Amino acid sequence: MIRDPKDMKRYEPAERANHWVVGISFILLALSGLAFFHPAFFPLTQLFGGPVWARIIHPYLGVLMALSFLALFFRFRHLNRMTPADKEWLGKVRQMVDGDDHNMPEQGKYNGGQKAMFWALAACMLLMAVSGLFIWRAWFGFEITVVRLGAVVHAAAAAVMIGLIMVHVYAAIWVKGTIRAMWYGTVTRAWAKQHHRGWYRQVTGR
Amino acid sequence: MALQSLDIKQRSATTSPTPQARITLEVAKLIDVSACIGCKACTVACMEWNDVREEVGNCHGVYDNPVDLTENAWTVMRFSEVEQNDKLEWLIRKDGCMHCADPGCLKACPAPGAIVQYSNGIVDFHQENCIGCGYCITGCPFNVPRISKKDSKAYKCTLCSDRVAVNQAPACVKACPTGAIQFGSKEDMKDYAEHRITDLRERGYDKAGLYDPEGVGGTHVMYVLHHADQPNLYAGLPANPAISPLVSLWKGFAKPLATLALAGVALGSLFHYVTKGPNEVSKEIEDEIEKEDAK
Repeated sequence: MIRDPKDMKRYEPAERANHWVVGISFILLALSGLAFFHPAFFPLTQLFGGPVWARIIHPYLGVLMALSFLALFFRFRHLNRMTPADKEWLGKVRQMVDGDDHNMPEQGKYNGGQKAMFWALAACMLLMAVSGLFIWRAWFGFEITVVRLGAVVHAAAAAVMIGLIMVHVYAAIWVKGTIRAMWYGTVTRAWAKQHHRGWYRQVTGR
Repeated sequence: MALQSLDIKQRSATTSPTPQARITLEVAKLIDVSACIGCKACTVACMEWNDVREEVGNCHGVYDNPVDLTENAWTVMRFSEVEQNDKLEWLIRKDGCMHCADPGCLKACPAPGAIVQYSNGIVDFHQENCIGCGYCITGCPFNVPRISKKDSKAYKCTLCSDRVAVNQAPACVKACPTGAIQFGSKEDMKDYAEHRITDLRERGYDKAGLYDPEGVGGTHVMYVLHHADQPNLYAGLPANPAISPLVSLWKGFAKPLATLALAGVALGSLFHYVTKGPNEVSKEIEDEIEKEDAK
């Protein structure tokens, strides 16, 4: 459904669907994974039909997330190359967080923070996938030191990744008018001009 | 196969204290390797009492059969042929759970109450709480727990906790024909071991000694070794076993630290929103776009 023909298209349906598969699998993975990480979160296993089912399902969800993340990675990789303007943006990120974007350099489709987030998440995803295979006893039997290393890396990378996703989600909540891009793919021209002026000018020609 | 009648000292994935009103006598099993003849009566007694049966395997060219610990074989004999002082020695070690005072399995286990340690020192698995993740194997410094292929639960020696609860010695102890396996209070077992070690030293084994490794806080299954300076001779018995630093990192301070950090990010985001307010499109830009549309 199109409400305002002048709205700007930010994501194709396939891109949105891909993002949702990654997002849903991530949430399920975080909930079940935290349950095995700290006893305080163990009751979360009840969301998966009990602790044994949570243990069985978790790695398969991991495979789903790794594959769908890989697809997302190839879709958006070319849009996330760091430029000098991005580095300048990152250098001034304190002002941005402080709520003052007047001195921020003009940004393309993604700003420096989003690009840094993209690469950090990709690195975490790689570590999670590889270490996850090391500790998946249902299918693999690696040497004990590899399994122990896998357990540490898996937990550490997971903690970092959950933290990053919290920042990712919060940024979308903080910047009003953003979340609709994830739902139906469009943003207003005002939103684009405010937050991604380079992209706005590139698309509208103004 | 844990039993409620024994008092629990530690419980896996549990952060609150366990009932500690009663302290029971610390027990231990002493295995005198120098007196073992490798008859496997203990292996048979173990399967008999616990009512588990390992499949009849194949001959691997060595006496080891069952060849390894399994969900049904909770104790196995490991035979090592070594040369010491220009003589062939046939070392036979009864392998199984060591019942560590500081159990790596319990530390790694994510399922509340799947692994318990009784105040008498026995470490026991509660299969009904086990989720089959295998973290106990990751945590164990002795490579003892085994996951069943049938039910995905972890199994190991219980030190016959059911028998010990009613003042009976473990089945393997009862069956041993040479007295190589003794059972009693940990203190008594150390005293008994002292006699054996003195005897062995008089007979030329001047490196004879007790295996009760410090690194895991001592064990409730101890060995008398004729070559206590080289535990590795006995089918790779680790010289200085301890919970791996990787496991300590993973299930030690990383756990509360990461939990606090994540809570910090979540609360930080909330208070950022509350203090700085939402990042909305400015009135100025809204007006610019409106003007464009009016044209």
